[in-house]
Amino acid sequence: MQLEYFHMIDRIVDLNVDEKRIVVEALVPNASTIFEGHFPGYPLMPGVLLIESMAQASGWLQLGVLKFERMPILAAVKEAKVRGSVFPGDLMSIEATLTHQGSGYAVTEAKIRVGGKLRANSTLTFTQIPFPNADMRGHMDAIAKRVGFPQQAVSP
Amino acid sequence: MSSTFDQVATIIAETCDIPRDTITPDSHAIDDLGIDSLDFLDIAFAIDKQFGIKLPLEKWTQEVNDGKATTEQYFVLKNLCARIDELVAAKGASA
Repeated sequence: MQLEYFHMIDRIVDLNVDEKRIVVEALVPNASTIFEGHFPGYPLMPGVLLIESMAQASGWLQLGVLKFERMPILAAVKEAKVRGSVFPGDLMSIEATLTHQGSGYAVTEAKIRVGGKLRANSTLTFTQIPFPNADMRGHMDAIAKRVGFPQQAVSP
Repeated sequence: MSSTFDQVATIIAETCDIPRDTITPDSHAIDDLGIDSLDFLDIAFAIDKQFGIKLPLEKWTQEVNDGKATTEQYFVLKNLCARIDELVAAKGASA
C-alpha cells in the first residue's frame, strides 16, 4: 500500500467474474505520513481509508465484470462499520461481492479481515461511467498490471 | 397486493424521507419531490429488487439528453409506474 497515493490494493488474490466476487490483499505499511497525525504514539488506519480500501476492491471487481468498459466511481457508503482497529504491519484481506448490477450503477458488499477476523464491512454504491479520457484509462491499465489483474478474466 | 404506485410511493417516502401523503401519481420525482440523481439511484435499487427488474436508467437519460423523450415520460410517478408494469410484464413473457 502507498497510502499517500491512494494505492490501497497490493494484489488481487482471486477474481471470479461469474460469481461476481473478488479477494485482494493489502499490507498496511509500517511507516506513513498518515500515521504521524493518526495518531502520534498510537498509529492506526483511519476508518475512511478502510472504506476506500473496500471501495477499491469493489472497483476492481466491477472492472472485471464490466471488462474495463466502464469506470466505477464511489457514490454512496452505507452500513459502514469499523469493528476493530487495523494497525501498521497488518495484512488486510478484502473481499467484495457484487450484490446488484443496475443500469449504470452497482451495489457491493465488502469486508476487511485481518488474521481471519472481521475488522470492517460496508455496503457501497457506485456509478459506472465511460472512461473520461485516455489518461485515466492508461492509469488504470498500469495499476491493473501492478496488482496482477487477471487479464484472462475479461478475455472474450 | 398493493398497486405499483403504492409500492413505489412507499419506497420513495422511506428512501428520501418524504411524507408519504405528499407523493401522488402526478408528482414529478425531480421537479416536485426534489429527488436528486444520487437518491434516485437508491430508489432504482429498491425498485429493481422489489419488482425483479432493471430500470433502464441509462437509456432513459440518453433519450432525454437527445431530446427524444421528456423527463415527464419517465419521472412523473404514474408514468414511471407504467414503465415498471411494462418491464414486469416483459420479464414474465420472457420467463
